[in-house]
Amino acid sequence: MKVKLKVWRQENADAQGGFEEYEADKVNPNMSFLEMMDVVNEGIIEDGGNPIAYAHDCREGICGTCNCMIDGKPHGPENGVTTCQTYMRSFKDGDTITVEPFRAKAFPVQKDLITDRSALDKIQQAGGYVTVRTGSCQDANNLPIGKDIADLAMDAAACVGCGACVAACKNASAMLFVSAKAGQLNLLPQGAPEKDKRVLNMVAAMDEAGFGNCTNQYECSAACPKLISEEFIAKLNRDFIGATLRKNFQAKALD
Amino acid sequence: MNILNALFKTSLGKKVIMAVTGLILVGFVIGHLVGNLQIFSPPEKINAYAHFLQSLGGALWAIRGFLLLTVVLHIWSAISLVLENKAARGAEGYAGQKTLRASFASRTMKWSGLIVLAFIIYHILHFTTKHAYGPELFMVDLHGEQVLDVHTMMVLGFQKPLVSIFYLVAIALLSIHLSHGISSMFQSVGLRTRAWSNCLNKIAVIVSVLYFLGNAAIVGACLTGAVEVQNAKVKAALAACQADCEVCESRIASIN
Repeated sequence: MKVKLKVWRQENADAQGGFEEYEADKVNPNMSFLEMMDVVNEGIIEDGGNPIAYAHDCREGICGTCNCMIDGKPHGPENGVTTCQTYMRSFKDGDTITVEPFRAKAFPVQKDLITDRSALDKIQQAGGYVTVRTGSCQDANNLPIGKDIADLAMDAAACVGCGACVAACKNASAMLFVSAKAGQLNLLPQGAPEKDKRVLNMVAAMDEAGFGNCTNQYECSAACPKLISEEFIAKLNRDFIGATLRKNFQAKALD
Repeated sequence: MNILNALFKTSLGKKVIMAVTGLILVGFVIGHLVGNLQIFSPPEKINAYAHFLQSLGGALWAIRGFLLLTVVLHIWSAISLVLENKAARGAEGYAGQKTLRASFASRTMKWSGLIVLAFIIYHILHFTTKHAYGPELFMVDLHGEQVLDVHTMMVLGFQKPLVSIFYLVAIALLSIHLSHGISSMFQSVGLRTRAWSNCLNKIAVIVSVLYFLGNAAIVGACLTGAVEVQNAKVKAALAACQADCEVCESRIASIN
């Protein structure tokens, strides 16, 4: 099959970018989107040009590195897959495919389709962890956790941090990411001691990074390659209200 | 971080303000509609209701002040959130962005909200301060007391097609606004789950549709003549007016 690509090209973070068109001939429908891009890049290199820069790593859909806005939807037309797991059979022969970087003030473009998503790391560092004891590891099943809770926490933990939620959101809000990262820990006993602090700090880091606000349209959930539910956003809202109230009315130890 | 800081300075806090003020305003508009549906009863009913509200005095002003504060907070949080949302996309937007599942209502909240705000201002000028009201306001006898004839005011007010159409459009927009708002407020305070989100969305749509139909019934009944002026003096004056239009205004004005 044959497709036309309209790709965002931008030399570096400060340069002015723009769309350029490329033709991809002899595309095998079973190529992944990124393999098709590799073939296009080989052609560009043979012609003495600069290959299209895009982010990728595992190519198995589990690392969250690849991120392209393909025809107006993060990761392309299919549901519940990343860019690397999008295959050319999802497109029609003769299609013109528009490929853009994820757009958010908090995700500055570095080159072509590569964005700097370290804002998500900063949110994680603000509270997306649990403090664990050192020493020998705990006995298995020492901490009983109900299967429904374990399953729900696993749903949240499926987040690969790709940023598709931010890219798809009309307001470039990171609420689905933050709610998944906070939710996976808040649901479990291991995360309970730092729950309130985690929620308040992660929300503060999210606001600080310049992401937008949630308008409850759930575009994030529809675009998420791991199909994370907006239910976690409601949980984050609930946990935030609880944490704020507890922080103000709980007795505190002297400094 | 105290509670006020959390409410007014964080993204989630502003959403809580939006949700709680939204809930109060939903309660108000539904109460307002139920009160107005008394137009379908004999005129004494709604005139007595209006007289009761007027007689509240200080309490009425306290309620008005509270509602004004609620509206101001609702609009303030909206403006603040919209400005942040605009900035969050960054300097370069998308060449094309698909809408995956966001409803029409959710994508037009700021426009429906703005037009409804314009409508509220007109509505207050129309029926509360009467700056935008054509005929005089009549007094009527209610159990030996002279009270404002709200029934006649409403019927005459809605007999003008342009006014009625504006009311219907505004009410339709408010209903669309509510169809997103009613389910959205539950999400913002963390009370929406997958288990009942479908049910919640349906409740929001049903409430919005009923709200529209209730208001449309009032406007439509007055416009089509299903509900008529029942104030005898005004009725006689209006009947006489059909014969000699030039002295019509002064005759109606002389009723009081």
